[in-house]
Amino acid sequence: MAETHSLQDMRQQAAIAAKVFIQRDYTNGTVCQFQTKFPSELETRIDKQQFEETVRTLNNLYAEAEKLGGSSYLEGCLACLTAYTIFLCMETHYEKVLKKIAKFIQEQNDKIYAPRGLLLTDPIERGLRVVEVTIFEDRSLGR
Amino acid sequence: MHLGLDEPVRECQYNQICTHNSSSMETSGHKKKRTPRRKWQIFPGRNRFYCNGRVMMARQTGVFYLTLVLIMVTSGLFFAFDCPFLASNLTPAIPVIGGVLFVFVLGMLFRASFSDPGVLPRATPDEAADLERQIDAANGPSGPGYRPPPRIREVVINGQTVKLKYCFTCKIFRPPRASHCSLCDNCVERFDHHCPWVGNCVGKRNYRFFYLFILSLSFLTVFIFAFVITHVILRSKRTGFLSALKDSPASVLEVLVCFFSVWSIMGLSGFHTYLISSNQTTNEDIKGSWSTKRAKDNYNPYSYGNILTNCCAALCGPLPPSLIDRRGFIQPDTPQPVSHSNGSSMYNSTQLHIHMCDQEHCIQSTKFLLQAAATPLLHSNPVMMGGEGPTLPGKSSLGGPCASLAPSQPSLPSSMPGLGCAGDMLTLRDPDTHCHHHHFVSPEETPSPGPMPLTLPCPAHMTHGGHMNPAQLYDPASQDSLHEDSVRGLVKLSSV
Repeated sequence: MAETHSLQDMRQQAAIAAKVFIQRDYTNGTVCQFQTKFPSELETRIDKQQFEETVRTLNNLYAEAEKLGGSSYLEGCLACLTAYTIFLCMETHYEKVLKKIAKFIQEQNDKIYAPRGLLLTDPIERGLRVVEVTIFEDRSLGR
Repeated sequence: MHLGLDEPVRECQYNQICTHNSSSMETSGHKKKRTPRRKWQIFPGRNRFYCNGRVMMARQTGVFYLTLVLIMVTSGLFFAFDCPFLASNLTPAIPVIGGVLFVFVLGMLFRASFSDPGVLPRATPDEAADLERQIDAANGPSGPGYRPPPRIREVVINGQTVKLKYCFTCKIFRPPRASHCSLCDNCVERFDHHCPWVGNCVGKRNYRFFYLFILSLSFLTVFIFAFVITHVILRSKRTGFLSALKDSPASVLEVLVCFFSVWSIMGLSGFHTYLISSNQTTNEDIKGSWSTKRAKDNYNPYSYGNILTNCCAALCGPLPPSLIDRRGFIQPDTPQPVSHSNGSSMYNSTQLHIHMCDQEHCIQSTKFLLQAAATPLLHSNPVMMGGEGPTLPGKSSLGGPCASLAPSQPSLPSSMPGLGCAGDMLTLRDPDTHCHHHHFVSPEETPSPGPMPLTLPCPAHMTHGGHMNPAQLYDPASQDSLHEDSVRGLVKLSSV
């Protein structure tokens, strides 16, 4: 994809000034949620509301992936009855949502973060531990 | 002074990197064209991978094969010797139901054994550095009031205070309910226990398979037991008991196996049914984390409140995907996880895991403690090994492969591959060896056994080599008889 390429190029050409890690928020138990606290390093780069909105949407997506409800139980029971062989043909609900999340992050990077010299890394690449925000050197300001 | 030893060892390390085409960042800038490697090949934990990363098991799989053999032999005998009689005399439904149960049991066993239990990938160097900075910052200002120790974070979950511990091996703060398995050397989410029968850890991703395995196995065992007894009884009505036994000798074996296994398997099923209904892990139950004996108002914050929801969540909830991406290709610019607390990446540490003797853990950690205690004594006697040089045979060991480290070992990574890959015994001839042990004495607290003191021989190799008297290692200490006695005592303790 052309967008990814440009992000890759940016990654390789621009120097990394810093990395900020948004840690997990465990106050609701073991569900995957990230802290919405705005890190101070990003104050000069991006709007607080914007950032919190991104993290909140991510949290909602993960909550949707792990939701316990009729559909997930049905999927679980069906899988058990077929001795889990149906997952050879179809992907789990969680995997579908992870694809949605990957697309969302790509979109956010293209529209909001890359123009500001930031890059969000999909948490799944970091084992769902952190949201890694790479801050690139701002050459335009002659730093 | 330790360069003398480092050079041959460094050679070995370099060779190892060449042979295995590691994308180690230590070979700075020198990137060869090579077939892309998959991530499982550089996985830092102590696991075994088969089928190009599709199958993941613990290192020790002997007991798993025993489980498999027991199930297959008993079921095979049942289908071969008892089923024909039962099918013709009672109903053909018996072998059909037996067959379905058997297939289900094996399916669940393979799923539980071969899948990723929920291993948490280790932190990338950037993450680890960031966490260290935060920990140091928290350490700095000392204020009034209670502050938890820096490597513990407290979180309030559903009204209960839960402590999140920092894992030194994985360089992360463990999520709630995660635990580090010392056998597999991984942090596992919702860690239940490490099951040798299944040859894998039981964690978030394979707990339901494990439970269904033991549940279906208990049904299968009871099924086989009941129908073999039925078979023998029916036969003995016709021909008498003893001739019935002679006609189907396999039945005796089946009854024995089933009788002895049914108690443990049913007991285990019952126990796990209780755990599932209260949404606890074996780990939490054994520690009594949520027991009211600990504190009056202690309760399990993860429980959904009713048994049905707890069961459904555990068995039919969404199955999270594997976080470690075993079959992904290694990208040249992706950050690789740390496996040493000194921050330097150790890719050849995976080789060391293969040589690690699990049984030596206890011995080695005791040795470390003794070494640490003995260090002040030994400082005053610098000529430990050197003095013994010429008298010791070449094959004498400093605990060769057993000194190969678990990946959490800090300091002196360069000397470790020399021990691990060649499997060679380090000779005591090198007078500079004694300098090494000082490097190994690490003040850091690590979850797995501390750095191996090279100076104390591995007892296993003591019996093989047999040449050295442990006391000879510390011969120069005889100058001071008090030192000699105490050091001898320490060495004897370590040889236990």
